[in-house]
Amino acid sequence: MDALPAVNEHRGGTPDLAAFMDQVRRDVPAHCILTGADQTRAYECDGLPLYRELPRLVFLPENEAQVVAVLKACRDHRVPVVPRGAGTGLSGGAMPHAEGAVVSLAKLNRILRLDPRRCTAVVGPGVRNLAISEAAAAYGLYYAPDPSSQIACSIGGNVAENAGGVHCLKYGQTVHNVLRVRVVTIDGEIVELGSEAPDAPGLNLLQAFIGSEGMLGLATEVTVRLIPRPRSARVVMASFPSVELAGEAVTRIIADGIIPAGLELMDRRAVNMVEPFVHADYDLDAEAILLCESDGTPEEVAEEIVRVEALMREVGATRLQVSASEEERLKFWAGRKNAFPAAGRISPDFYCMDGTIPRRHLGAVLGEIADMERQFGMRCSNVFHAGDGNLHPLILYDANRPGEVERAEAFGAAILELCIRMGGTITGEHGVGIEKINQMCAQFTREELDAFSAVKRAFDPHGLLNPLKVIPTLARCAEHGKMHVHRGEMPFPDLPRF
Amino acid sequence: MDATLSNFSEQVARARATGRPLVVRGGGTRLFYGSPLPPEDSFDWLDMSGYSGVVHYEPTELVLTARAGTPLAEIETLLASRGQMLAFEPPRFGPADTFGGCVATGLSGPRRMASGPLSDFVLGCRLLNADGKVLHFGGEVMKNVAGYDVSRLLAGSLGALGPLLEISIKVAPRPRCEATCMLDLDEQSALAACLDWRAKPIPVSATAWMTDPNGAGGRLSVRLSGNESAVRDGMSAIGGERLAEADAGAFWRNLRDQTHDAFRARPLWRVTLPAGAPPLAQGTLLDEWGGSLRWLDGATDAAALRARVRAMGGFACLYRRDGIPDEVPTFDPLAPALLEIHQRLKREFDPDAIFNRGRTYPEF
Ligand SMILES: Cc1cc2nc3c(=O)[nH]c(=O)nc-3n(C[C@H](O)[C@H](O)[C@H](O)COP(=O)(O)OP(=O)(O)OC[C@H]3O[C@@H](n4cnc5c(N)ncnc54)[C@H](O)[C@@H]3O)c2cc1C
Repeated sequence: MDALPAVNEHRGGTPDLAAFMDQVRRDVPAHCILTGADQTRAYECDGLPLYRELPRLVFLPENEAQVVAVLKACRDHRVPVVPRGAGTGLSGGAMPHAEGAVVSLAKLNRILRLDPRRCTAVVGPGVRNLAISEAAAAYGLYYAPDPSSQIACSIGGNVAENAGGVHCLKYGQTVHNVLRVRVVTIDGEIVELGSEAPDAPGLNLLQAFIGSEGMLGLATEVTVRLIPRPRSARVVMASFPSVELAGEAVTRIIADGIIPAGLELMDRRAVNMVEPFVHADYDLDAEAILLCESDGTPEEVAEEIVRVEALMREVGATRLQVSASEEERLKFWAGRKNAFPAAGRISPDFYCMDGTIPRRHLGAVLGEIADMERQFGMRCSNVFHAGDGNLHPLILYDANRPGEVERAEAFGAAILELCIRMGGTITGEHGVGIEKINQMCAQFTREELDAFSAVKRAFDPHGLLNPLKVIPTLARCAEHGKMHVHRGEMPFPDLPRF
Repeated sequence: MDATLSNFSEQVARARATGRPLVVRGGGTRLFYGSPLPPEDSFDWLDMSGYSGVVHYEPTELVLTARAGTPLAEIETLLASRGQMLAFEPPRFGPADTFGGCVATGLSGPRRMASGPLSDFVLGCRLLNADGKVLHFGGEVMKNVAGYDVSRLLAGSLGALGPLLEISIKVAPRPRCEATCMLDLDEQSALAACLDWRAKPIPVSATAWMTDPNGAGGRLSVRLSGNESAVRDGMSAIGGERLAEADAGAFWRNLRDQTHDAFRARPLWRVTLPAGAPPLAQGTLLDEWGGSLRWLDGATDAAALRARVRAMGGFACLYRRDGIPDEVPTFDPLAPALLEIHQRLKREFDPDAIFNRGRTYPEF
């Protein structure tokens, strides 16, 4: 690792686009190529509009052969290339490169095969997450990972980000539900990672590819695992007088051997933000609301709910409600699932963070975030995948007020660094993209970042795939003035560990 | 740096300086797995067994971190004391078996069909790199997408990219209730039944089909795990005869630890197939994971078996090679473009190829 340049990224200056286009046009029809700014503008950012760049070109291939042709031409002419799914990413991962091309996989949106007996579906990368479960519903099956963006986001984007959802505590993230990915490399080679048969030989490249943010190859086909839909599901909604107690309830539930289908926490600010929007009858006086879902056979669900309610009461829940119908279950979830649009209603702009922390530090972390609200002069509400420690603070700001964008970003950065100090991570499911690249310097040592570069080079020797994302350069880390914040040191070294 | 660690670093530096490769070992119980070891005088051992101990266990956050040399048995005992387990039920090859060996070989046991493979549970790790430095990837939290998932890349890597020093793993609560049913079925009917249950919400956590010693069609054992009512409902859906609890425990333990008679065959092939694959006919000793894992008697011609399995979309691993010449590869060959990526990864992580050279594929 040492002899090679630490970071591979495109440094070739302005590529010769005319020669490049001559080559591409041989294989890709004109209606799949966008060139003028009026056409490419729609691709200048993803779901994080803080970061924008106008691409030189956008390709919308209609089949895998065209993807191969575009990538080969990019390789031959050293044109940087940024893959794109539905553009709902929240870390600027699909932000274009100023000298490069965007390849949108949106047109590869066919469900190629759905096998209800083997419980698998083979889909194009542009297929929407929810479309898979909709197609599988007729067979009593579904695709488990359910990001809140599931009506819009693509499975290719889910693979690239290792997307999660409110049910991933029990059913796993994308990485646990994808069996195989077909990938086109920057050299235009097609490789199959993973397989429908267990334990494909060789290194575990499938799981290394999942979450690689479009930097190792383009997914052109994905095989997902489908699972039987549980016969019933119900949610307990509980109010707590403090977030610490709500966190304690989560601890007790898991200590009791229960892995709920969903376990989500909202703080008071988040509850008050969403209630006027969804009218879910949330308790506006609670400091925290916990939603705990059980699924399985009706009897199984009933038994689990009794235990969950008892544990919550023991810890000090002030109000408990169990969904009595499917309609009510969805109503309880509506607020949690609509936290973003609700934030968009009460504030001109909002910035969603995505750190993960060991759950035992929840109280301390939320306390510090409250202090930061004062320090940065901005409000922040918190929704939390409580079962797995994934925190989504929503920073509310107004981009039209001078200095607020910078302040919101500084607030976000401070939250991420707090997550690292607490033994957690800067991103649980939204990815690093361009947004969190500075915090990578804080979470990892130079040698660790070099190892990421090594993986990148093994797939993409010329550094053309989604360059400048995820792995910061040495210069960037020096400029950012941050060095590694020692995850190795536990925040409270004197406390007993178990 | 800890004295044991600096010792490892020195060994790595020496290996690179002299070009004499290292083979990583924990308890030495899993060395049979993988390509044959090089001649004994051509390498040095990098012995992880002294680097031992559970570093951190947080039952309510479902995570345990331990050093590579920690006996697997120690971890299992600790987890059991809090009603938890390793959900992928790794085989245990005796008291010397280590946690690092378990993760590096990536082998999962009977429950894998319900829980997912070992690699699904790896949350983080420390790796000793070719410069003798300790690198940390992932962490102790359930969800973490900062950087590439190097920890999962190393799970099952057989040490090809370097030795694992420490691993954080997600643990799971033990099921509240388990029951085993037995049905007299030939292989074809057993596979069809397993496929049928797969698409239904029945909590099947393990299956095992074997020929019947009495010469009849065969016997399928099915374990159900979950809460009491789910297991009860599952049993009535599946039918068959219930096996007494103590016998069931011993039966699944024998399968898990590969001490059952079926694992005595030499050579022994481990074949994995997509769900719903038909019987392989000759040589099948045992089908697990609803038919996705098949253990085969080695009388079969290696090339013919491989071709057949490949045509069915599966893989054939020469699991216990006793008697088969070293030239017969342990694992199916990789497609050229895929092999190229493997070779580049090896060169990047281990430029002088000092770690476990040739243990997976002769090319790296
Ligand atoms: C309202 C809202 C709610 C959200 N909720 C969640 C949530 O609950 N959980 C969650 O995990 N995320 C959530 N997200 C984030 C986002 O939806 C996910 O990251 C999603 O996986 C992105 O998919 P996409 O198709 O939009 O990808 P894009 O945004 O287009 O791309 C994301 C990344 O993937 C790469 N990429 C895309 N397609 C491919 C491909 N075929 N091959 C290789 N690389 C590719 C891109 O280069 C980019 O780096 C939310 C976003 C919004 C706007």
